[in-house]
Amino acid sequence: MSNGLSNSSVGRKVLMALSGFFLLFFLMQHFVINLFSVISADLFNEISHFMGTNGLIQFVLQPILIFGFLFHLAMGMYLERKNSAARPIKYAMDKPSENSNWMSRNMLITGIMVMLFLGLHFYDFWLPEIKTKFIEGDWSGLNNGEFRYWEELHHKFQDIIRVSIYCVAFIFLGLHLSHGFQSAFQSAGFNHNKYTPIIKKLATLYAIIIPFGFIFIALFHYFTQN
Amino acid sequence: MSVLDSKIPDGPLKDKWTNHKNKIDLVNPANKRNIDIIVVGTGLAGGSAAASLAEMGYNVKSFCYQDSPRRAHSIAAQGGINAAKNYQNDGDSVYRLFYDTVKGGDYRSREANVHRLAEVSGNIIDQCVAQGVPFGRDYGGLLDNRSFGGVLVSRTFYAKGQTGQQLLLGAYSALNRQIAKGKVTMYNRHEMVELVKVNGKARGIIARNLETGELERHSAHAVVIASGGYGNVFFLSTNAMGSNATAAWKIHKKGAHFANPCYTQIHPTCIPRSGEHQSKLTLMSESLRNDGRIWVPKNIDDVLAIREGTLSPTDLSEDQRDYYLERRYPAFGNLVPRDIASRAAKEICDAGYGVNSTGEAVYLDFSSAIQRYGKQEAAIARLQNPSESDILKLGEGVIESKYGNLFQMYEKIVAEDPYKKPMMIYPAVHYTMGGVWVDYNLMTSVEGCYCIGEANFSDHGANRLGASALMQGLADGYFVLPYTIGNYLSNEIRTGKISTEAAEFVAAEKEVSDRIEKLMNIKGTKSVDHFHKLLGKAMWEYVGMTRNEKGLKKAMAEIKKIRTDFWSDVKIPGDRNSLNRELEKAGRVADFLELGELFAKDALHRNESCGGHFREESVELDGLQKGEAKRNDTDYAYVAAWEYKGEPADAVMHKEELEFNDIELKQRSYK
Amino acid sequence: MDLTLKVWRQKNREEKGGLETYKVTGISEHASFLEMLDIMNEQLIKEGTEPVAFDYDCREGICGTCSLYINGEAHGPDRKVTTCQLHMRMFKDGETIYIEPWRSAAMPVIKDLIVDRSSFDRIQQSGGFVSVNTSGNTQDANALPIPKMNADLAFDAAACIGCGACVATCKNSSAMLFVAAKVSQFAYLPQGQVEAKQRVLNMVEQMDKEGFGNCTNTGACEVECPKSISIKYIAKMNREFLSASCSSES
Repeated sequence: MSNGLSNSSVGRKVLMALSGFFLLFFLMQHFVINLFSVISADLFNEISHFMGTNGLIQFVLQPILIFGFLFHLAMGMYLERKNSAARPIKYAMDKPSENSNWMSRNMLITGIMVMLFLGLHFYDFWLPEIKTKFIEGDWSGLNNGEFRYWEELHHKFQDIIRVSIYCVAFIFLGLHLSHGFQSAFQSAGFNHNKYTPIIKKLATLYAIIIPFGFIFIALFHYFTQN
Repeated sequence: MSVLDSKIPDGPLKDKWTNHKNKIDLVNPANKRNIDIIVVGTGLAGGSAAASLAEMGYNVKSFCYQDSPRRAHSIAAQGGINAAKNYQNDGDSVYRLFYDTVKGGDYRSREANVHRLAEVSGNIIDQCVAQGVPFGRDYGGLLDNRSFGGVLVSRTFYAKGQTGQQLLLGAYSALNRQIAKGKVTMYNRHEMVELVKVNGKARGIIARNLETGELERHSAHAVVIASGGYGNVFFLSTNAMGSNATAAWKIHKKGAHFANPCYTQIHPTCIPRSGEHQSKLTLMSESLRNDGRIWVPKNIDDVLAIREGTLSPTDLSEDQRDYYLERRYPAFGNLVPRDIASRAAKEICDAGYGVNSTGEAVYLDFSSAIQRYGKQEAAIARLQNPSESDILKLGEGVIESKYGNLFQMYEKIVAEDPYKKPMMIYPAVHYTMGGVWVDYNLMTSVEGCYCIGEANFSDHGANRLGASALMQGLADGYFVLPYTIGNYLSNEIRTGKISTEAAEFVAAEKEVSDRIEKLMNIKGTKSVDHFHKLLGKAMWEYVGMTRNEKGLKKAMAEIKKIRTDFWSDVKIPGDRNSLNRELEKAGRVADFLELGELFAKDALHRNESCGGHFREESVELDGLQKGEAKRNDTDYAYVAAWEYKGEPADAVMHKEELEFNDIELKQRSYK
Repeated sequence: MDLTLKVWRQKNREEKGGLETYKVTGISEHASFLEMLDIMNEQLIKEGTEPVAFDYDCREGICGTCSLYINGEAHGPDRKVTTCQLHMRMFKDGETIYIEPWRSAAMPVIKDLIVDRSSFDRIQQSGGFVSVNTSGNTQDANALPIPKMNADLAFDAAACIGCGACVATCKNSSAMLFVAAKVSQFAYLPQGQVEAKQRVLNMVEQMDKEGFGNCTNTGACEVECPKSISIKYIAKMNREFLSASCSSES
């Protein structure tokens, strides 16, 4: 069938929106957990250990999450390539800012920046976890008899350069979210005279609170040890 | 006996169409597949005809000069479409619609055709609604109607100010359905440049592919011309820039008589010309006259001061203004019919009272209406002692809800706020009632060649009623031609495929090719538009709303001279084998230059004031109507159909006497 | 007004084009943009140069033929107007104006500023209609009441003039707004229900085949649309498409 979701323009956008929704939800829970690192190291350790060792999360949800990221990225690139092919000759004079905002036009740029950041993020946290758990086979979560999670996190934010990169990346994330959040609703077919303005406000809130929250957490750890 | 046989069926008026339909020969479905029909034009008439003929099973080839059939100028009609549905229970009926149309046409239309039009009017609405045309509705979900053009019933269906657009898109969608099925082959950006006759019958056309310049031969068993009116003979009109008479004129030159070319409708409420650069005129809906008052300053010094910009019209007090329509026609005031309002505006401007820089504009003032509505609204809202600004605000709100889109359009074009400063308007050529002569079956005097919509002459007489053009276009295309064409085509089932290699096609193509070559080789000094503008000026000056013998004779001579100059001094850059707008325009203007002269000749012979036209030699000499238009039913109650004989001045007239058995002829009075 | 014009010239579909510079002088600010181009062409004819080809017809903003990308915007800097309704008072004396054709793989340039928009026609042919024959015996128009709200929504969608400004302005050359307008017009009307599912599937399929880009919800199309058609219709089309492609019957 040529009208399936994955091989029509509208269908692909819906899939883009659905993966976006999923990532929005993931980001929210990630943020909440990280926030605990500011409130209480013990609580953060408890939750981290649960997340890091729970079978369902590790072996089911984690692959889904990775797939979600990769799908969102790959589809985004694919659509961008198609979109670019749809206009082989560009305008000599173009004023897109007259009718649309920068964020909506540059989702690929902000998205790629976020993805590049994710590389660093994986290098910082995910790879060491894999090494500890799967190569060394240490599932205890302990280091010198204590939970290692909070210490590791705290330690990472010692370096001003890393903190700066994180902060910049979160700003790109915010720009990406400010369009992505409400755009996902539109793509999924939701546009309502009364509720769409509310969604747009929520999107703005989300795009400010989450990235700046992360920035706050990074800065908190930096300043509490320097 | 006249050479014109209108083939009006016998019997009582109300049964003619039904009986005729029942007797029309049918073509067997298997045979329909072997019959080709060419339809030129994709407006309401052409689009609906092509779709309906294809539905019936014929093979249709449809042509339009635009890039898509949806662009045809029917799209620009604003007001609405009449139909005798009597949904408002105000006593409307087929007879009343028939009566109003004949009377509106000043008793110069063919009774039987008009009655048929009224009969099928209801079907048009049913058909359009079934197609998904979004007509205006009331809160009960039923269709809404408005009263239009001074008739006493509300029978006009509308889709905001875009009725023409919605109806055309309906016909376009029906056409698309047939294109998708392969029953219609669409030729966009193609212009018909010649009719091909074989053994006296229309058998095809030569078309020019406007993108490549290639000449193409297309054959068919019948040719339908639905190419619209010829208002652009005036250069400036409310027609689209590309609207042209070429298809109609080509068939005229091949033997189709041209009827009543002088019947043109001049619309009183258009946005005036702003200068020599003006390329076309924009219509403002007639409904504006319901609330606007038309005036010019009484004092010529004030006129001059306004033109210089030292005085604003709002500075003039009531007694410094001349509400000339209210003064001259106290009974109807600003609501006098189109022709009277138009003529009065031109007269007052010719006398030097025009209020813009070109001297061709009068005011249409909404300030009284804003005051009136504002006070009304204030009373409804129970405001105690409302301030002047409250009243203005409330009143402007009412005006906005009624005419908001028109006011916005005006502001975009003129850059003045019509809520604060009176609008400027001036008459413009709008619709041509004359056209190719057709019989009751809509066949022209060339066998197998049909003509429908504005391109033919039959239904509107000397003046068209508001909201009737859309009705006629769709009636012809959906409900009349698809039936009546059967009589002719039932005799064509044995003809077989018509070869485009026939000598007639070769000759026709050569003729066209030579004509193009000739145009390209003139290599003169003036652009096509230069000649078109000269023609337009002559037409407007002498063959416009007010005519007299001397002026008309002068016009004929002048147009002939412009034509001679054109053929010796026009400059067409580029080449013929590619998209060449100047060449396209040149072909059309060449035809207008002939049509214009015939137009003047027809106007000259019709020594009566009738419909939209005022003939200075034919006025009421005394009584209440003194100085007003005088129609002459004794001498001119006929259709003048002109036969081509070479030079337009040599055209020979054939008369089709008009008989009115079901209607009594009356003179109009608006005093 | 005196102006410098940078105009795209291209001989035909095959040959490469480029920007040419022309100067026009003494233009009235009351002239429309296309009248300014008429004057420029008149000048070119005098000089013996082939005039610039551009599309126009009704010159009152309803036929949808005119199609120019003026100074980086579809239909120029004004809002809710087509190019033919744009007036020179929107520009400054001495200004340089870029005039380019619509740019889209699905709307190739034919000559100079004229593009081929037959892709729009083909999308319409794939399903933009109600399959009803001209019989004269369709049911009475008032036998089918339609709630005013739906009638109005359908009407606002039907106001589309098919000019292609949405495609031209979209950074992805997407035709979503155009297709959505037609899909929605019928989706809001009971007459359109019978074929609704097949219609949206076919029209979207045809749109993709033509090579239009995807929608990224920038909203630029609704800003530049001369008829102010809202992108809420795109959401409506997405809904229609989802429900049609997920239903087992189709």
